[in-house]
Amino acid sequence: MARILTFTLNGRKRIDAVPDNLLLLDHLREQLAMTGTKTGCDGGECGACTVLVDDRPVLSCLTLAANCEGKRVDTVESLASGGRLAAIQRGFHEKLGAQCGYCTPGFIMASEGLLRRNPKPSEAEIREALGSNICRCTGYVKIIEAVQYAAGLRATGAAP
Amino acid sequence: MNEFLPKRSIGEYVPMVDGPEKVSGRAKYTADYIEPETLVGRIYRSPYAHAEILEVDVSAAAALPGVKAIATGADCDKTFGVLPIARSEHPLARDRVRYRGEAVAAVAAVDDATAVQALRLIRLKVRELPAYFTAKAALAPDAIDIHVHKPRNVERDVAFELGSVEQGFAAADLVREASYNCAEVCQNQMEMHAAVAEYDSVRDRMTVHASTQVPYYVHLMLSRILDMEMSRIRVVKPFVGGGFGCRTETLNVELIAALLARKAGGRVRLVVNREETFITHRGRPETDIRLKIGMRRDGRITAVECDCRQRGGAHSGYGIVTILYAGSMLYAIYDLHNVKYTGVRVLTNTPPCGAFRGHGTVDVRFAFESLLDQMAREMGLDPFAVRRANYLNAPTFTDNDLMVNSYGLPDCVDWVEQASGWSARKGKLARGKGLGMACSHYISGASKPVNWTGEPHATIKLKLDFDGSIVLLTGAAEIGQGSSTILVQSVAEVLGLDMSRIRIVTGDSDVVPKDNGSYSSRVTFMVGNAAIDAAENLKRLLKAAAARKLDAQPEDIDCLGEIYRAGNQDKGMTFDEVVTEALKDNGTITVTGNFSTIPESHGGKKYRGAAIGGTMGYSYSAQVVEVSVDDETGMVSVDKVWVAHDCGKALNRLTVEGQVQGSVWMGMGQAMSEETGYHDGLLLTGNMLDYRVPTIQDSPPIDVHIVESNDPHGPFGAKEAGEGSLAAFLPAVTNAIADAIGLRMNDLPVTPDRVFAALEKRQRALAKGKRPSVAVDGAE
Repeated sequence: MARILTFTLNGRKRIDAVPDNLLLLDHLREQLAMTGTKTGCDGGECGACTVLVDDRPVLSCLTLAANCEGKRVDTVESLASGGRLAAIQRGFHEKLGAQCGYCTPGFIMASEGLLRRNPKPSEAEIREALGSNICRCTGYVKIIEAVQYAAGLRATGAAP
Repeated sequence: MNEFLPKRSIGEYVPMVDGPEKVSGRAKYTADYIEPETLVGRIYRSPYAHAEILEVDVSAAAALPGVKAIATGADCDKTFGVLPIARSEHPLARDRVRYRGEAVAAVAAVDDATAVQALRLIRLKVRELPAYFTAKAALAPDAIDIHVHKPRNVERDVAFELGSVEQGFAAADLVREASYNCAEVCQNQMEMHAAVAEYDSVRDRMTVHASTQVPYYVHLMLSRILDMEMSRIRVVKPFVGGGFGCRTETLNVELIAALLARKAGGRVRLVVNREETFITHRGRPETDIRLKIGMRRDGRITAVECDCRQRGGAHSGYGIVTILYAGSMLYAIYDLHNVKYTGVRVLTNTPPCGAFRGHGTVDVRFAFESLLDQMAREMGLDPFAVRRANYLNAPTFTDNDLMVNSYGLPDCVDWVEQASGWSARKGKLARGKGLGMACSHYISGASKPVNWTGEPHATIKLKLDFDGSIVLLTGAAEIGQGSSTILVQSVAEVLGLDMSRIRIVTGDSDVVPKDNGSYSSRVTFMVGNAAIDAAENLKRLLKAAAARKLDAQPEDIDCLGEIYRAGNQDKGMTFDEVVTEALKDNGTITVTGNFSTIPESHGGKKYRGAAIGGTMGYSYSAQVVEVSVDDETGMVSVDKVWVAHDCGKALNRLTVEGQVQGSVWMGMGQAMSEETGYHDGLLLTGNMLDYRVPTIQDSPPIDVHIVESNDPHGPFGAKEAGEGSLAAFLPAVTNAIADAIGLRMNDLPVTPDRVFAALEKRQRALAKGKRPSVAVDGAE
């Protein structure tokens, strides 16, 4: 069965027909070709598919598209505005929070969700917020630095 | 006159040139190539660990509406494999299946649901054969051969003795022997394996996008498997989500996608899931090591005897090289004489192993540094003093003919000793806390390529055109390690230009020169040197053009990046003016840069396979690890790591730090929690919850110190940075655990249940008043 899904994706209202069993991840990637959001596992293991739903990080591989009715969904593609990288993107780029980059969209969205609810997180709070995202390249050291740097950029207004 | 200074980028903290794509979601990985009219590929895998194939019945699946092509072993009788001498594998099994999960058939269908349904209709009829899941079982006298051309299931055995271990042990004050076991581990890179293959039946051409570390190998293997001329094949490597060695070899994923695409006459996207990525494997083999060391009272090593047995899995893969590395790389870190090595690589009915970061060196280094630590303690020596007693005196050649020119190990050792506060803190930590140290090393590219063609080891091209931009064309595979950034930096540095003048194009065989690929940490050293060569060649042309215009001699021209001038008083020409002049003769300029290793670096001939281990430069690493052990639960937490890495010269301090931290952390995964598990050959750990990768919550701060020994042959003095720090973590952490609780953990990973069992065993032994049978350090 399918239904009509009305939701806001990256600030734009959409009306899509979606099968009831379609995952949000597959809707984004396979139907809409928005491939910024990554598939890293067989379901709920790695966090690579993290997006924000109403500003809260969720795993899009464990979320039905149909459950996003009336909600705001933000993916990594939403962050850069007017061609400028957002603070969290600058953090991951400039501090090498991204090496191969595959887990990066998930880490960025989980971090963005954290900074939206807690603009000055402690290191422990950063670790807590990113505890379900796996990175295989960095050892996480520079990911923590990236989030701290981004919090600083946001605090000074240097980047949104 | 500051504005005339050439721009410098080498040695700085430089964010990656492809970083903006990665943080914005614009970076496209293979699975992101989603286009209309693409068929979905799926693989049918063997439920048997070892069986003779009697029939693969695909008739019902083929009749399913929406199924466009089905491929089986009948479609390809060619074998593939990374080593020309050991190509044992078919893309789809023929005659026999040799591990659970081996690909038997594949389907291309209009959508995923149809493809999945088709797989359910495939019938495999077999006669089951005895299966062997451990090296010991496969080596048993009554075991049948998994491959007919490999009697007794021995992929390769190695034996050499250089010097005399008998005399060496006789000269020792202490001789100790111990056994070690390292579980099999898997790269588990974040991007699952994927390929998109498109067959153009009008022109008989094949284009394959693949998540690979070596597009050139994929090209070679596609040609072989498809029986197509190489000129009809195009291989594209998009962004790659990590590799750590498993994508050095061509995998069956890209070959199967191509077989399906040709059969269907169209485009097939084959993305295997996480479980299948684990089954495709190519990880580090389970390794049993028996090691014996002789040591004098002053810490000097007098003899080493090492026996190494690897459970290689069902196919050859890289196996021969892995078992050779394990022996040859005993050398080139310490000054060793009187060394005996025996190794055996065993074929088993488990997924094939391959090259994993630190290829062949890691498990033996774990054993070696563990035993050194144990012996140091028994003799009352400081473990730092033991390392210092055995330094090489570079430049030198080792007994197995490995060339060592630059040797920053002493500086690494000194730094971690001081930074960790070793001498003040060792032995004075709170209960349950401990400090351990260890060293490791790695090559900067294998000096002999796997496929020897007589070409230079690395070639790059630079294109300079009317717009004044330089395009760097390279086949070097950026897989997240930062190779593209290093190459852009190298060219910019030689020409004194800002990096923004240079664009890099990589990973498309239609456009870029061939490269031997991203493995064995070769890219910075080899392709970096080729980049310098190309940039020097371009600079020569530009200087000649400027000299013509300025009425001077080329050797009198100063290249200041954006300005070329003849002497201090000359106001000179801008770079764009020089380019315009330079283009006058022949239009668009293309220059080549090459690099070849020198024969002295090719290793020796003293035993069969002695070339393995030869490189232009070795990196060195030393680590101190601080742990807390909860003796109620056996939980070990890593509180802090200090690591110093000799990379010759840090071309990019940011990416060197990142590579070293990533290596240390990956070593931590192997040491503490990662291990594949099988039940009758069935993979039990095919997901990231059961295959326990450390999370950010488990991961310590890692302080990195860069040591620059300035290798005489390295690009700007550089050597490798991305692998050499992995191995030292393993022994450093078990040495720290020994310091904390007095128990040596010689089997990896050091899971809480293992630590707990060892603590209990000691407790029981002490209660009975017996000498504990678990190895306990003498000092405790």
